[in-house]
Amino acid sequence: MSAWETVIGLEIHAQLATRSKIFSGAATAYGAAPNTQACLVDLGYPGVLPVLNAEAVRMAVRFGLAIGARIARHSVFARKNYFYPDLPKGYQISQYELPIVAGGAIDIVLEDGSAKRIGVTRAHLEEDAGKSLHEGLGSLTGIDLNRAGTPLIEIVSEPEMRSAKEAVAYMKKVHTLVRYLEICDGNMQEGSFRCDANVSVRPAGAEKFGTRAEIKNINSFRYVEKAIQYEVARQIELIESGGKVVQETRLYDPDKGETRSMRSKEEANDYRYFPDPDLLPLELDEAYIESVRAALPELPDAKAERFVAQYGLSAYDAGVLTASRDLADYYEAVARAVPEQPKLAANWVMGELAAALNKDGLEIGSGKLPAERLAGLLARIADQTISGKIAKEVFEAMWASGQSADAIIEAKGLKQITDTGAIERAIEEVMAKNPAQLSDYRAGKDKLFGFFVGQVMKATQGKANPAQLNELLKKKLPG
Amino acid sequence: MIHRQTLTQLAADLRTRKVGSVELVRAFLARIEASQPALNAFVSITAEQALAAAEAADRALAAGRGGALEGVPIGHKDLFCTAGVRTTCGSRMLENFISPYDATVVARLKAAGAVMLGKLNMDEFAMGSSNETSHFGPVRNPWNTALVPGGSSGGSAAAVAARLVPAATATDTGGSIRQPAAFCGVTGIKPTYGRVSRYGMIAFASSLDQGGVIAASAEDAARVLREMAGFDPRDSTSVDAPVPDYLAGLDAPLAGVRIGLLKEFFDKGLDPHYERCVREALAVFERLGASLREVSLPNIPLSVPVYYVVAPAECSSNLARYDGVRFGHRCAEARDLEDLYKRSRSEGFGAEVKRRIMTGTYVLSAGYYDAYYLKAQRVRRLIAGDFERAFGEVDLLMGPTTPTAAFALGAKTADPITMYLNDIYTISANLAGLPAMSVPCGFAAGLPVGLQIIGPHFAEQRLLHAAHRFQLETDWHLRIPGEYA
Repeated sequence: MSAWETVIGLEIHAQLATRSKIFSGAATAYGAAPNTQACLVDLGYPGVLPVLNAEAVRMAVRFGLAIGARIARHSVFARKNYFYPDLPKGYQISQYELPIVAGGAIDIVLEDGSAKRIGVTRAHLEEDAGKSLHEGLGSLTGIDLNRAGTPLIEIVSEPEMRSAKEAVAYMKKVHTLVRYLEICDGNMQEGSFRCDANVSVRPAGAEKFGTRAEIKNINSFRYVEKAIQYEVARQIELIESGGKVVQETRLYDPDKGETRSMRSKEEANDYRYFPDPDLLPLELDEAYIESVRAALPELPDAKAERFVAQYGLSAYDAGVLTASRDLADYYEAVARAVPEQPKLAANWVMGELAAALNKDGLEIGSGKLPAERLAGLLARIADQTISGKIAKEVFEAMWASGQSADAIIEAKGLKQITDTGAIERAIEEVMAKNPAQLSDYRAGKDKLFGFFVGQVMKATQGKANPAQLNELLKKKLPG
Repeated sequence: MIHRQTLTQLAADLRTRKVGSVELVRAFLARIEASQPALNAFVSITAEQALAAAEAADRALAAGRGGALEGVPIGHKDLFCTAGVRTTCGSRMLENFISPYDATVVARLKAAGAVMLGKLNMDEFAMGSSNETSHFGPVRNPWNTALVPGGSSGGSAAAVAARLVPAATATDTGGSIRQPAAFCGVTGIKPTYGRVSRYGMIAFASSLDQGGVIAASAEDAARVLREMAGFDPRDSTSVDAPVPDYLAGLDAPLAGVRIGLLKEFFDKGLDPHYERCVREALAVFERLGASLREVSLPNIPLSVPVYYVVAPAECSSNLARYDGVRFGHRCAEARDLEDLYKRSRSEGFGAEVKRRIMTGTYVLSAGYYDAYYLKAQRVRRLIAGDFERAFGEVDLLMGPTTPTAAFALGAKTADPITMYLNDIYTISANLAGLPAMSVPCGFAAGLPVGLQIIGPHFAEQRLLHAAHRFQLETDWHLRIPGEYA
């Protein structure tokens, strides 16, 4: 056992999927030409004032309810003051002392299959800053304020994760949740979902936390894992060689696979938080909160439990199939269309379909193979029109052509041969062509049974019903 | 002479075509031009736009159309954003800033038909009580150009006093409408916080700033305020409540109105000549049937220290956006980002603004926040509570607007504390968010004296009613400095 224990807390920033910004009417769409989606409010023009977007509030409340947190009846927006060119007002409107969501929890499953509950200290609403652009501008810095004012919730966990893997599991779970709730598109490349990791180590068994470093702005699950692993190793090595961890902000460099210091505590800003006098405190009443609660979708954990009970799936399979709402919806559509075979549906969705999507870099929601199409294929397995093996061939053709399973089976003549007479004729032909193997088999070489199965399948282009074939061979081969 | 008419009379004459807007605008523009060397009330004069707007107003009036203020010339304090016309806020920082949009107040007055003649000088970012902090030079008091007009709405008050405009917009954060109105012998009203939209009104201290009017009379002020006030979905702190017709019931009798004399305002700092005028004014109210009684608000003496924590705190944050990046003054040849910030702000802001930014930054700093900002907010609530109790017993509170009449230019610039104490009677209404007025009530040693009237939240009508009844009995508000008469 390691002499050191790792302590990790995450601050996840999830961009809320509102159409307009949190305090202005400008659009939030990603990828527009620089500064074309920034109105006077976003630019911090003299005289402009913020007006809170009700949709952002509703989304934050949805999240709070989904993690069993307290929704503040009274929360306050505060100004976080610091100078930076991509922060137009010289302050960020955030929530400080009284956040909208406090005290929830996220359940994660560890590698050994056991469950762990991670506390969520708080989640608050805030506006995003713009972006500084350095490429292609020589010695100049460009400012793009399209992102300025985009609504975020910052989700702050308790320091309750003990390994990089736990941190990733937690982050993935939050990622799943926000997409289930349809409050964030979860697009990590575009920065819609990113995190800061607070990492420290302490001697195993110690009560007191070690000094932490904060790794800023990590935008992939893989980088979170690598950054934390690197940082943990760095801190242990530092301490073991007689050094001390200093409280600082660090950046993860994915190219070099290391974290490096950005600024120390001494250089840190004093943000001079105070309640924003331009915004009234946010008051939410019971009726509002209940109306948001009533509109909550079925959440991943509940859905997984239902899949186990309703479809007889293993907990693991149910977990995989509920990792995203799209995937779960897809699975259910297939399972409902082939009601007698829910496990077959699970195997195909997690197996062939997942592999094909992965190969083509597509998402489940891409529409490439609608659920009813896959269900059409599985129905042919279920009614024994084709075997599982032939089905894979049909699936490939479906994937490539977009045709239905029935059309492909028909066109390629792949319909399984279940006519006993036809199979018998094929067996007889094979026996006649392979007299040596037949006599060997009859002399006791039982292993040659498989040879005859293969030959008959070959002769029937794989269409012979495998069960029937087995039975008939067993009858005919002994002579 | 046309300029001696009240706004109410001018609006009526315009409506009946007794006078044309172009004629009126020409007359007032001529007065503005002539007064500039002596008074410096305007930062920008928008003659061309004004004449075009006046022509349009005349056409509308001729067709029997037009708003309540159709064709009436006004001026805007230079912190109300005006599309296409520079809005300087009295600062070098915004010397060349042209707003792409109109403030809500500007848009509403425009929609009512008012014609803007120009932008009025003011203390830099509305920080000052004498108009001496303006980057565009001080405004002088029309009653005596050796004296200050008060501030920060010094341009608005001086312009109305000298009848360069019949009325002007102004703002009041700690007395910036009432104190200059008192110093210049004009009528000014600061409405309830939330009554007039702050959208497009460049912020000094957001929880205290409130737009209002300076005019020759309470009736004129009511006429303009009626067009300015009301809910604005773009200002979250504006109040969604109907605006009463401020002109209705102005002539009703005052009998039975309970007036409280603010005991703490009649302190030893109050100039005896000034006090005599105020007490004579109170006697007029008594004659009109109002009852007088002394009321004590024990926490009022804490107003100045509370204000000089809260207002600078908010200002330090509000003024952070002036960083030389997107608009406003930018220093030449910045070496790096820090240099850009430091020099742009050092060059762009004047001394008083810097003093308040530094004070505000300090009181919000880690380790000082609780001792200063939080404590000040607690005391602020105590002061508001004092007023609430008082308004359980009386309908209106009255007292002097300022401790003395206008002082000489340069007299208080050396010592900021003495300057700050000039707002000792006006600040509390801002801290409590209450509507308050200053009404001319006499002359002390030849200089105008202001009577302050404070009411409960949204009692603008009650203030205007009392002021109007007083003005029916007196003619202090009709006095015009000799040179401009």
